[in-house]
Amino acid sequence: MTAVPALSVEHLTVEFRTRSGIVQALDNVSFAVGKGETLALVGESGSGKSVTAYAIMGILDPAGRVTRGKATLGALDLLAATPDELAKVRGREIAMIFQNPRTALNPIRPVGRQIADVLLRHADVTRDDAPARAVELLRAVGITDPSRRAKAYPFEMSGGMCQRVMIAIALAAKPSLLIADEPTTGLDVTTQAVIMDLIGELAAEIGMATIFITHDLALAAQRAGRIAVMHAGHVVEFAPTRELFTHPRHPYTAELIAATPDTAASLAQLASIPGSLPDLRRADLPPCRYSERCPRKRPVCDQPLPVAAADNPHPVACWNPL
Amino acid sequence: MSSVAANRADPETRVGATLVQAASSLTADTVLPPAEASATFVPAPKPQLKRRAGFSATLSHIRYVLSENPVTGFAFALFLLILLAALFGPALVPYDPLASDTAAALKPPSAKHWFGTDQLGRDIFSRVVVATRLDFGIAVASVALVFVMGGLAGVAAGFFGGWTDRIVGRLADTIMAFPLFVLAMGIVAALGNTVQNIVLATAIVNFPLYARVARAEANVRREAGFVEAARLSGNGEFRIVAFQVLPNVFPILVVQMSLTMGYAILNAAGLSFIGLGVRPPTAEWGIMVAEGAAFIVSGEWWIALFPGVALMVAVFCFNLLGDGVRDIVDPRRRT
Amino acid sequence: MTALLDVGELSKRFPAGKPAGMVTRLRRRFSGGPERLPMVYAVDDVSFTINKGETVGLVGESGCGKSTLVRVVTRLLDPTDGIIKLGARELSHTPARRFAKDQDRKRVQMVFQDAGDSINPRFTAFAAIADPLRRLRKLTGADLRHKIEEAAIRCGLPLELLTRFPHQLSGGQRARVGIARAVAVEPDLLVLDEPTAALDVSVQVVILQLLQRLKSELSMSYLFVSHDLSVVRLLCDRVLVMYLGKIVETGPAKDVFDHPLHPYTQALVAAVPSVNEHGVERLRLTGEPRSPIDPDPDVCRFYGRCPRGGDRCKTEMPLLRSFAGEREVACHFAGVPPQ
Repeated sequence: MTAVPALSVEHLTVEFRTRSGIVQALDNVSFAVGKGETLALVGESGSGKSVTAYAIMGILDPAGRVTRGKATLGALDLLAATPDELAKVRGREIAMIFQNPRTALNPIRPVGRQIADVLLRHADVTRDDAPARAVELLRAVGITDPSRRAKAYPFEMSGGMCQRVMIAIALAAKPSLLIADEPTTGLDVTTQAVIMDLIGELAAEIGMATIFITHDLALAAQRAGRIAVMHAGHVVEFAPTRELFTHPRHPYTAELIAATPDTAASLAQLASIPGSLPDLRRADLPPCRYSERCPRKRPVCDQPLPVAAADNPHPVACWNPL
Repeated sequence: MSSVAANRADPETRVGATLVQAASSLTADTVLPPAEASATFVPAPKPQLKRRAGFSATLSHIRYVLSENPVTGFAFALFLLILLAALFGPALVPYDPLASDTAAALKPPSAKHWFGTDQLGRDIFSRVVVATRLDFGIAVASVALVFVMGGLAGVAAGFFGGWTDRIVGRLADTIMAFPLFVLAMGIVAALGNTVQNIVLATAIVNFPLYARVARAEANVRREAGFVEAARLSGNGEFRIVAFQVLPNVFPILVVQMSLTMGYAILNAAGLSFIGLGVRPPTAEWGIMVAEGAAFIVSGEWWIALFPGVALMVAVFCFNLLGDGVRDIVDPRRRT
Repeated sequence: MTALLDVGELSKRFPAGKPAGMVTRLRRRFSGGPERLPMVYAVDDVSFTINKGETVGLVGESGCGKSTLVRVVTRLLDPTDGIIKLGARELSHTPARRFAKDQDRKRVQMVFQDAGDSINPRFTAFAAIADPLRRLRKLTGADLRHKIEEAAIRCGLPLELLTRFPHQLSGGQRARVGIARAVAVEPDLLVLDEPTAALDVSVQVVILQLLQRLKSELSMSYLFVSHDLSVVRLLCDRVLVMYLGKIVETGPAKDVFDHPLHPYTQALVAAVPSVNEHGVERLRLTGEPRSPIDPDPDVCRFYGRCPRGGDRCKTEMPLLRSFAGEREVACHFAGVPPQ
């Protein structure tokens, strides 16, 4: 891309130290999100998609370490920043919403206050104005009767409403990048549609870039301009949405598409993905972590993966792409 | 139609012939390999421990826990020592714990009397070892009684709710209204100075704690999926409490039980110390400390010290045991 | 097609809010005449059949009553009104409390959504599958072991995993244990409550295909509850759409999803994300659902949120009416093209 991206992640490598060994959770993850763009990080459990988000935000588990890589937000490398620099940026320039909204909110604080807290900290709003602004934000995220609801506690609200509150908190300071980690898992499909619409509308309004993390390929297809497919800590393919589905290049992507119920006309047409994830604690992990389960494996696949050119619009981490 | 669907329709261009194989193997009547993504960051079973069913698996798990945590190993060893002393001590001690020999009274520790002798010439070492049986017995009996009473009452209250819950709750409240040691004193004073009453008093005094813990755990399990599944499998309510809920509440109570054993010994010792427990000339650590206390000022420190140390070691051991036993019993810790 | 399960005018109501304390109840009794407690109409006058060998899907958003309906049908709860007939037997005559010992208990079994939660964490997979076989089929010893292994093999669970505890199994393996346990007693009706909701998409495929195969192998009928319409479309012959305790539409699964007639079903189908429709304008529901507490019996439950509501909708509750192609819809506007 020619314009400066909102976030550029390069060669991100993360490991976790556990009792049973070092888990090489992420290896050489690279992608970029343009200003105002929507990117989806898609993968199954164990693919490392949430770890990527947590590493970028600097909220990895204490057992996790970033051993290599940069995450450049504007002029700042988030992975090399000091705690002070990070504190200034988190909540203001970059925000995150999580999977289970009810547990991500403070259960003993009314929701209006939680929004006001963020406004006071990051949005240069005075103490007197903050409550009113919080109510406005609740209205903007589609909560009816916002002045009454601002005094409610999370347990009094439905899952969908809690998620809206979380969106209000995340967007309070008008960040340039939002990371949404499975924001609609657990919500009804009708609520999911409304929440995703909301995020899209607000993002368009303030020119915010969005990274969606999801295991739902169909959801990613519907909402994202570009999709990065992850497998076992690698980004295996990165392409504009349309193209990913019409011309998937990585074997795993094609398998994932073939396993999604939405694309099949009958149950027999659904195909499961052969093999299983490699154990990420192994010292002898092959350079391509999909090769041991890939039906297209060739001897060249034991070599380190090819490096994609920087201006390649559809990079794929494969020696034998489709 | 998108080209993905076109690809799927044509088996030649589908990714790999293995897809066709995978589909057909699902209809074959063979054991399927676990062909799913299984990894998250939960550590998989340690490669060197082989899967063995039943007893040998439990033993190897115990060995694993002990090797991981040396403090637990130490506590276990100590517990074994105490147990052996309780079982075989009286048969092995050099002197009759009740035999007095006034000529040898108040002798300090020596090669002949390892812990010295008391004011009646009785060998303190023999008495301390023999007292192990009594004190250990009191501890085990109290804990067993309160587990049965409090644990079952609490589980029933938490699982069934309603009147069961109300009655158990009021009972626990009544007991907790009293300072616990005073209540124990009162029970023993009213019912008589026997070992059985000491055991009963200790059990009663600990009832609220066990009932509360058991009730809270049972309450959580009440809504669990496996309880509904058990009903679907033909289990009546009592079977569910006994075989589904109780085994889940047990590990939590086990930790409590080892702490209670320490308390029970201290309780018995305390009651004996004030004359409400065991009566002389029975060898019991508390009484021995009480009798020995009078002699500390005149310099015969060994009469109170050794039974006191025995008390301390026993309580220390039981407290350390708590976590270790829970690790063994809780299957979630098993790898 | 012979009917296996016949549910008629089934209702389940719960008292709303906290149960009153003793003082309030005494006061109520002595102040003359019982006060009517507010009730949640979790399931309201629901009727449907499941034929032998059919897979019927049940869809609806959370709070629509499908979990309650499922628990009443499987006799974990008692209905407030209505009948549940399994074959010739009327099941609601035996209270839920005693149904565990009933001879027909083995004919209706359930696979739960969260397999991890539905297996006792202190039971090995072997013990979990053994439990219903012991209680309902009275098997012991070598017969029991043989049956358990047979169930495990049938469900694709490697025999060496039988000695493991749930936390030592992957999500897919746990799901297989849950299924093996439910089918080991060879029920006539298997209720599946979102069995693949917590699974990765590749695991989901395997489990769904397994379920399909088991159904014909063991001659079962399925009631498949799910919020995932794409899965329901693939697995189910017919589908029931529920909203706030009532069934609003039924019909062959593919027809209902390709041409939904009830406005709620239309919104549901429109909300499902699809790979093929990037950036298409969608029909959206606004507002919150009506309260399920003491609902007005003359007002359509969907009124207020429905994009097509009219005056008739708030004076006359729409009933299920038959349409061509074995479809039923409870809406005054069904079949009437929008203005």
